Amino acid sequence: MTTLDQIRPGGRARITRLAASGALGQRLSEMGLVEGTAVRVVRAAPLGDPLEIEVQDYFLSLRRAEARFVEVSETGSHGAP
Amino acid sequence: MARPDAAVAAAAKLLRVAVLGNPNAGKSTLFNALTGLSQRVGNYPGVTVEKKVGAMASSAGRLDLVDLPGTYSLAAHSPDEMVAVDLLLGQAPGEPRPDALLAVVDASNLERNLYLVTQLLETGLPVVVALNMMDVAEGRGVHVDAAALSERLGAPVVPTRADRRIGIDALRAAIAAAAAGGLPPRPAHRFAPPPPIAAGLALLREKLAPGWAHARGRPVHEVELLRALVDEGGHAEARLIAALPAAREELARARAAARAEAPLSALEAQGRYRYLRQLTAGCVRRDPPPRQTWTDRLDHVLTHKVWGALVFAAAMVLLFQSIFTWARPLMEAIDAGFGRAGGWIGAWMPEGALRSLLIDGVIGGVGAIVIFLPQILLLFLFLGILEDCGYMARAAFLMDRLMARVGLSGKSFIPMLSGFACAVPAVMATRVIENRRDRLATILVTPLMTCSARLPVYAVLIAAFVPPTRLLGGFLSLPAVTLLALYLLGIATAVAMAFLFKRTLLRGPTPPFVLELPTYKWPAPRVLAARLLDRTKAFLTRAGTVILAMSLIVWALAYFPRAPGPAAAAIHDGRPAAAAAPSGIVAEGDPALLDAARDAAQLEQSLLGRVGRAVEPAFRPLGWDWRITVAALAAFPAREIVVSTLGTIFSLGGDVDEGSADLQAALQRATWPDGRALFTLPVALSVMVFFALCCQCGATIATIRRETNSWKWAWFTFGYMTVLAYGAGLLTYRVGAALAA
Repeated sequence: MTTLDQIRPGGRARITRLAASGALGQRLSEMGLVEGTAVRVVRAAPLGDPLEIEVQDYFLSLRRAEARFVEVSETGSHGAP
Repeated sequence: MARPDAAVAAAAKLLRVAVLGNPNAGKSTLFNALTGLSQRVGNYPGVTVEKKVGAMASSAGRLDLVDLPGTYSLAAHSPDEMVAVDLLLGQAPGEPRPDALLAVVDASNLERNLYLVTQLLETGLPVVVALNMMDVAEGRGVHVDAAALSERLGAPVVPTRADRRIGIDALRAAIAAAAAGGLPPRPAHRFAPPPPIAAGLALLREKLAPGWAHARGRPVHEVELLRALVDEGGHAEARLIAALPAAREELARARAAARAEAPLSALEAQGRYRYLRQLTAGCVRRDPPPRQTWTDRLDHVLTHKVWGALVFAAAMVLLFQSIFTWARPLMEAIDAGFGRAGGWIGAWMPEGALRSLLIDGVIGGVGAIVIFLPQILLLFLFLGILEDCGYMARAAFLMDRLMARVGLSGKSFIPMLSGFACAVPAVMATRVIENRRDRLATILVTPLMTCSARLPVYAVLIAAFVPPTRLLGGFLSLPAVTLLALYLLGIATAVAMAFLFKRTLLRGPTPPFVLELPTYKWPAPRVLAARLLDRTKAFLTRAGTVILAMSLIVWALAYFPRAPGPAAAAIHDGRPAAAAAPSGIVAEGDPALLDAARDAAQLEQSLLGRVGRAVEPAFRPLGWDWRITVAALAAFPAREIVVSTLGTIFSLGGDVDEGSADLQAALQRATWPDGRALFTLPVALSVMVFFALCCQCGATIATIRRETNSWKWAWFTFGYMTVLAYGAGLLTYRVGAALAA
């Protein structure tokens, strides 16, 4: 099983399941991280955390610890340089 | 729910429209465009959410717009987030239910923005959608058909560009129509919750709703049931259980019945996004996306390991430069203005209590605070530009890793940094932090950052008592190192206290750091100007009320009771001249010195002086005598007052500043009654350390009270900082004295 934090910058993936519940699950789902959605990992912050991803039509920052709850299947790794 | 009596109601009462929308959708800009400058700011009872109401003129007459905090959904995990839900459902105490809703939607990011709208459609209130930022959408090749969208949603949709005031008149008309008798939206089809949620809802509706309604004496809205079911650990659930303890089991049963393969919140979101895709099908057309947008390209630099850090550092240097240097001329002008006003009153009024009240109490006290207005405005201008152009979110992104180590998030960084200028705007800047615990922790530690008002205190004492020894081959001087150490002391203490608070008092689950990085855009000058005006008003109001009151109290304590006779007091009660003019200045001949000696004598026998003597034993362990104690007490309204009070006490008259060589000399000459020097290096250091950590600032206390909506947190901040300051001052003096011995 792959989770979003394992996708390298530039990689693309599709969300298969959101495992978070509570406030985090709520926030991630309402921000559009729902099953079937395509995401692209844009970059990691200079200190390695958090990550920046592109989802729906916008950019979102989330910590690796939070991205771990987003289960994905990788769909490609050719994106932005 | 149709309202046949709407026309009657419209004539009878002021119509209210609540404004909602995602953060970064341009809600504030639109609110300003609709209401102009006619805004009133207050607080909702019991929460830290700011309540902003503005009047909007329309063909149907005046109506009130209520600006609600930016939110992505109606799910609430804290009382603060619940404010919106309560208001929409007419459950907020003392707040009438709005007559209609205005939903501000970012057209360039339509689906996520409409997510909230799908929830608003269920409240039963008329909804008007402002399709904002159409230009950004077009620029990205996203074309939204507003007419088609309006038809699908069954609610009016008005395209707008808030920053250029395009579409405002049409929007005003639509709002007025909706508020004066509009119908709830009738979408092409309604959102049907996924089966597991629908089953749970049915169970709750049957088993809990009647009991809940009975327990609180108000009917239960379907929206509340949905939130109580879906938002596990959320605020609707907590409220239901508080009203009806048996609900805990019933909720667990309903959730078990849902027996979902994913958390209910994920199911709800998934269902709503699917619903939205169907509902808006055909309303949005996309060009093949351009390879890279401006935001992409800018972010490539601004969040880069090297360039990003450089730009960030440059932005912060510019911030400090503007606060310390550019504000200087304006501050001097204000200072001169107050000085002239004082001089003018002094020249025209007969000597007496009233003159002293005006000059020393009102002008001296309020002037000492108003002088910070230029710094505050510059800081807010700067922060406003950073916020509105979208850089603030990037700064939080860059700094989050560091801040996470003390249990905070990147969002706390900018407010804490602003604390170097002044804690007042810094505490106000914590509004960007949605999580209540994080926001409180940031508010509690921000006053520990070395603000500009501490500089005068440091400047006097360092110049007088720290020898200008050169270090590292002349590259550094001991005074500079001392100053740096005091700054570092503030930072280290703030970090340590944040760590401590987040593990004790404000303990709780780590809030998610799920932060939108909005598209870069040019800030709208009008919005910036409106915000600056808002801050200025708030600040001056405070200076005119709370701070004025505190200044007057300190003035009265220092003025009363009067010495029996002018100048003679100290001589007649038979004390040695050294007590009358404690710095040992011989007050013969020179009338200015005579005046000064008289001021000192007055202060000594005033209530403040007596209090100072009474509490002197408490401060003796820090190496302080009653005069230092009095100066510290008198500085309660504002730290820097300690400088002018020291000036008064050491017989120079009140009008000295930190550059005053006379004051430095007087401090160096000051002695204990037995002739030992009063200020040794350990004593001077203990005073500085005390002022580094104490919360002697009425403006900060008043701001914390306003921002947290509670005196409890304001006095808590004052209390813990005073204890810290005392402890650290004591330690400094003891260690210093031991080393010196």
